[in-house]
Amino acid sequence: MNNRVIELKSKPSLTGFGSCVGKTESEGPISQDFDMCFSDDGINQSSWEKAECELLSNAVEIALKSANKSFDDIDIAFAGDLLNQCTPSSYSFRNKNVPFCGLFGACSTMAYSMLLATLTVDGSYADTAVAATSSHFCSAEKQFRYPVEYGSQRSPTSQRTVTGAGAFVVERNKKQKVFIPRILIGKVVDLGVTDSSNMGAAMAPAAAESISEFLKCTKTEPKDYDMILTGDLGKVGSILLKDYLINNKGYDISAVHNDCGLIIYDLEGQKVDSGGSGCGCSAAVLASHIMKRMNNRELKKVLFIGTGALMSPLISLQGESIPGIAHIVEMNI
Amino acid sequence: MVKKTSDNEYLKKVELVSPKTAILKNSLLAFIGGGCVCLFGEIFFNIYTALLRDEKLARTLVSIMFIVITAALTGIGIYDRIAKIFGAGLSVPISGFANSVCSPAIEYAVEGHILGTAEKMFSLAGAVIVYGCSLASLYGFIYYFFLGGNA
Repeated sequence: MNNRVIELKSKPSLTGFGSCVGKTESEGPISQDFDMCFSDDGINQSSWEKAECELLSNAVEIALKSANKSFDDIDIAFAGDLLNQCTPSSYSFRNKNVPFCGLFGACSTMAYSMLLATLTVDGSYADTAVAATSSHFCSAEKQFRYPVEYGSQRSPTSQRTVTGAGAFVVERNKKQKVFIPRILIGKVVDLGVTDSSNMGAAMAPAAAESISEFLKCTKTEPKDYDMILTGDLGKVGSILLKDYLINNKGYDISAVHNDCGLIIYDLEGQKVDSGGSGCGCSAAVLASHIMKRMNNRELKKVLFIGTGALMSPLISLQGESIPGIAHIVEMNI
Repeated sequence: MVKKTSDNEYLKKVELVSPKTAILKNSLLAFIGGGCVCLFGEIFFNIYTALLRDEKLARTLVSIMFIVITAALTGIGIYDRIAKIFGAGLSVPISGFANSVCSPAIEYAVEGHILGTAEKMFSLAGAVIVYGCSLASLYGFIYYFFLGGNA
């Protein structure tokens, strides 16, 4: 296939959205945009994993409410997170009587679930689909790094996993709603970055590949979009992406580029080093701040690039580098 | 095996763009933090010696005191914040070891006392124990056979 960009003829709409975040995120610069904020990362649960389930469940319920839907109306749900066996996603949809697909796309999962939901709706295999994603700082630390109470110093290139969840309801085209005209499924790109505390650098080449391919195939320029929004490249990854696109692909996106990992925190004030990461990062920012700005028509054309570092701690210890992936969802109003 | 596609030019760029760890600042903070821990230990060593008139017992008590304080600070969620500032200054003394045992013990308590706490307790400290014991054995061997330490 010459053209990797998939045109969605029915232009599926995002009829509902919901976000739910933890303590640090609710102290950040866009806290007023989130639907639900918890002042304690434990979310009144006995474990971090259960707390993440609660975050995701809340985000999905808020999204359904805003679309005037109930669980019975969902034809299919796509959900994912960072934990082994997609635990929070599967358990959030337990006994909800909803056809469910659990996904792993690392931090790209929001874009990944959105594009699968829109494809299903566009292909008329479902009238109403849900795309949902979550991550939790403590459950991710527990699985990927050290116990939360372990005293270690972080590298200045490291990013903080966002405690948050975001969910969308996708339906066939509804007027006056944000719709998705085009998507692009990313390729797995690995340029040899081995430092697991520099995920932005591992993901930037994948983002560059997807963005340049999308712009080339659609014959558009960066200035045609109000915002080119990457998921969680952070400070280091964003610099590398812009640099790579200018030098290797000939596109300058610096005027319209932003990154969810830079939006969600006050990098200096909240001491989060290179910014936010995790699939909850792009999910929570997109399903709150960005959607609200689009509905207010401050932003009309947004290119959302869900970036993921497909890292396995196991194979990293075996000396392998970290592959990245980037899926694109174009959002218009 | 998996095909490797390393791009040296890109990796050089990553190196250039990534902010470096503040080695001088971290070393200074580690020096101050570690110094404070040692000073604190010395003060209590003198107190215990004066009270008990037994240096060996006083040394043991100082170690126990550090372990208890670290465990308490880890339990109430303060230790990691201090350790983040002072780095090696706190991780090299016995406080670092105590924290590496206590933190997984707390973290995995939800998975049960046996398969959670007990099994995961040494997931971080295990390496210290393995190599610590190995080196101690080697040292003991050399001491016994070559340095006339059997007296």
